[in-house]
Amino acid sequence: MKAMRWKTVIALALIAVFAIFAAGSASAAPKKGGVLKFVVGSKIPSYDAHVETTFGMIHPIRPFYSLLIRVNPNNPSSPTDFVCDVCEGSIPTPTEESTKYTFKIRDNIWFHDGQKLTAADVKATYDKIISPPKGVVSARKAFYTMVESVTAPDKNTLVFKLKYPSGAFVPALASPFNFIYRKADLDKHGYTWHKKNVNGTGAFRFVQHKPGAFVEGKRYAKYHHKGKPYLDGFRAISAPKMSIRLQAIRGGRASIEFRGFPPKARDDLKKALGGKLKVQESDWNCNLMITPNSKRAPFNDARVRRALTLAVDRWGGSKYLSRIAIVKTVGGIVFPKHPFAATKAELQKIAGYWPDINKSRAEAKRLLKAAGVDLSKTYIFNNRGVDQPYRVVGTWLIDQWRKVGLKFKQEVKPSPAFYDSLRKKKDWHVSIDFNCQSVINPLVDVSKFLSNDVSGSQHAQYQDRTMDKLYDQMNREADPAKQREIMRKYEKRALDTMAHQFVTLWWYKINPHRSDVKGWKIAPSHYLNQSLDQVWLDQ
Amino acid sequence: MYKYILKRILLMIPTIVGAAVIVFFLLRAIPGDVCELRMAGSGLYADPEAIKICQQNLGIDQPLYIQFFDFVWGFMTFDLGESMWTGKSITEEIGLRFELSLQVAIMATLTATVIAIPLGTISAIKQDTWVDYVVRIFSIAGIAMPSFWLGILIILGLLIATQKVTGTPWMPPIEYTPIWVDPFANLSQLVWPAMATGYRYSAVATRMTRSALLEVLREDYVRTARAKGLFEKLIINRHALKNAMLPVTTVIGLEFAFLMGGLVVTEQVFNLNGLGKLFVESVLNSDYTVTQSLVMLVAVVFILTNFVIDILYAWLDPRIRYA
Repeated sequence: MKAMRWKTVIALALIAVFAIFAAGSASAAPKKGGVLKFVVGSKIPSYDAHVETTFGMIHPIRPFYSLLIRVNPNNPSSPTDFVCDVCEGSIPTPTEESTKYTFKIRDNIWFHDGQKLTAADVKATYDKIISPPKGVVSARKAFYTMVESVTAPDKNTLVFKLKYPSGAFVPALASPFNFIYRKADLDKHGYTWHKKNVNGTGAFRFVQHKPGAFVEGKRYAKYHHKGKPYLDGFRAISAPKMSIRLQAIRGGRASIEFRGFPPKARDDLKKALGGKLKVQESDWNCNLMITPNSKRAPFNDARVRRALTLAVDRWGGSKYLSRIAIVKTVGGIVFPKHPFAATKAELQKIAGYWPDINKSRAEAKRLLKAAGVDLSKTYIFNNRGVDQPYRVVGTWLIDQWRKVGLKFKQEVKPSPAFYDSLRKKKDWHVSIDFNCQSVINPLVDVSKFLSNDVSGSQHAQYQDRTMDKLYDQMNREADPAKQREIMRKYEKRALDTMAHQFVTLWWYKINPHRSDVKGWKIAPSHYLNQSLDQVWLDQ
Repeated sequence: MYKYILKRILLMIPTIVGAAVIVFFLLRAIPGDVCELRMAGSGLYADPEAIKICQQNLGIDQPLYIQFFDFVWGFMTFDLGESMWTGKSITEEIGLRFELSLQVAIMATLTATVIAIPLGTISAIKQDTWVDYVVRIFSIAGIAMPSFWLGILIILGLLIATQKVTGTPWMPPIEYTPIWVDPFANLSQLVWPAMATGYRYSAVATRMTRSALLEVLREDYVRTARAKGLFEKLIINRHALKNAMLPVTTVIGLEFAFLMGGLVVTEQVFNLNGLGKLFVESVLNSDYTVTQSLVMLVAVVFILTNFVIDILYAWLDPRIRYA
């Protein structure tokens, strides 16, 4: 009888424990319904992602489209984890000496206009991106120079044939800008139709866009990832002023902003909302660069350029600047979390990253003296009139250079005038430049350090064939360990030996959001993980 | 009178042409263009070929005289063209925002009028008393305080006050709802910017009402009315205030014209999708076509307002039309 009673007690206890676990897991299970409101700080130029480059288009429009492959939405912080979106299974292993990728296309995908997606649609999309007809803009065509052909032998198979094996290929395919369009739309309406029209296979259907106000989407019931999306819809509200975006989250007018806020804004929101706020933080695949004008004395002398980087205390600056600006991590030319990135020990051997700043600045002064630099002269420093983090970092740099005797006058310009100076006029001695990418793809991201007649985005005006040769070797090398080795040589030459251009600090992404927004995980870029199919509201 | 009107209409033409020339060439004197900003502005890789194609597609690689001719011809045929940034029709872009800007302008003007006329009148009647001083401090504060700053204070004040009282911070809506769809949502968004802007403009109008009324109150006919033994209230309302309103109406009318396109910063502060916000965005994006159209729109509104005021003055005061 006694044993019976004990058994009953144990059974009841077990039931209670199970009930608690069940309740716990039920609360963690995604809930369906609700409309996510988020604020976007930039304007939509057009809906055509193959043409545009701004997050102002990605945030509101990406949820309407699918990609061939994407950054794993459950693990977006990994720089090497890609998963299929319209393809099936896992990312294919290349064949024919790593020059052939065969993708199986899912059979259950329907465009929002009711037509079925086939491999021919994916092929037509990549033809538009890789080899657009004359007069048609494709902003990232240069990422696919390794591609020889794209074919669709049957309606569920897509084949990419490469000219040479390239580690840059798979990350390039995962670009969030590679929206899959319907072949019939391209054939019937032409290559500019998608600038003003939407027909995708994404988690949400386009409802309306009020220019300058909002974009509205509603749940797509036939979405190919079963059970998703969880939301009934979303509303992307245009809010160019940061203070409005911040107060909108505070005042409950929006739940999240996907680009990121500075540390002070995060702290203010935390103070105001307490437990109603969740903060996600991550390293950001963006950095501000110091670009000396190699055609203008005294910066045509590598010793002077080297002195510029030696004067900058990155390790110390990281501590102070990360409290007031969206910069934090000390890194070389590769995104700090990528396997190809330099370790701390490797970095500390490069000029500008030495652990002892006094020694570094003493060397800078010696180099300036040896080069005969006129320290009484004031040099021009070109900067962009954007507070975060351009002006903050610019002001910090001027102070750092002052410590080795170099005087700079900061010319802060509005964006159009800044680009004009940076790209065309070259009326500066040193300029801020920036390297801000979406998918972490080191081989593409470091192309900014190539000779200016090879890279379209190098503004220091140097030509260095050794850099070009190293890059080419790295690009054609199939073994990642060897690629990493070449990357170190490339980095050392760019930042130290020739001191062409320098990285300041890598940006740091801070996304405070209402705690009822679940399922969204921060990625190392504000362009990534924006399909919204994982997001749900705990209301 | 007809001759006078015709003369004024003819004078409008060179003014409009002058505005067109100035806006067209000044915009192009600013370094940078929409394609560079669009293709390279986000820091991603910028393909020089893509930038070139974009410039060709938008026609900004054409000689300036051709671009100017296209602009003038479009304006004369009421075809404003397309936005260089969004590719949407400019008429549509302006139309979307016009309604909101018009409502804010009307609400702000009403706020300014409701505050300015009674306060200005009281201030004039009670000249050099403590009431006058309070009104003058109130109006000088309104002139000194930029409306965008007052707007920021209003938003922060609402957030802090509602959090303290209800535990949940509240701020005005950041999306526009037309008044016929939901009057409450509409007013709860627009009443705050109307107050912030209306207060500033009321300050100018209050001072104008005060000085105009003081001047009128010293006129002979007012003294005569007083000598006849009329009640002071009657003298003020029927004889003095009506005559003092002429310059006040001019100020309020011109302010209304200015508010239609001039709420540049206030619209940013309250996230209003009005003409002012469109103006700022088009300038920042080097969107020549939209900026040109907006400048011309504001210029035409000002020219027409001035024209109406001139006609009114001539109608009220024959000395002007015979001069």
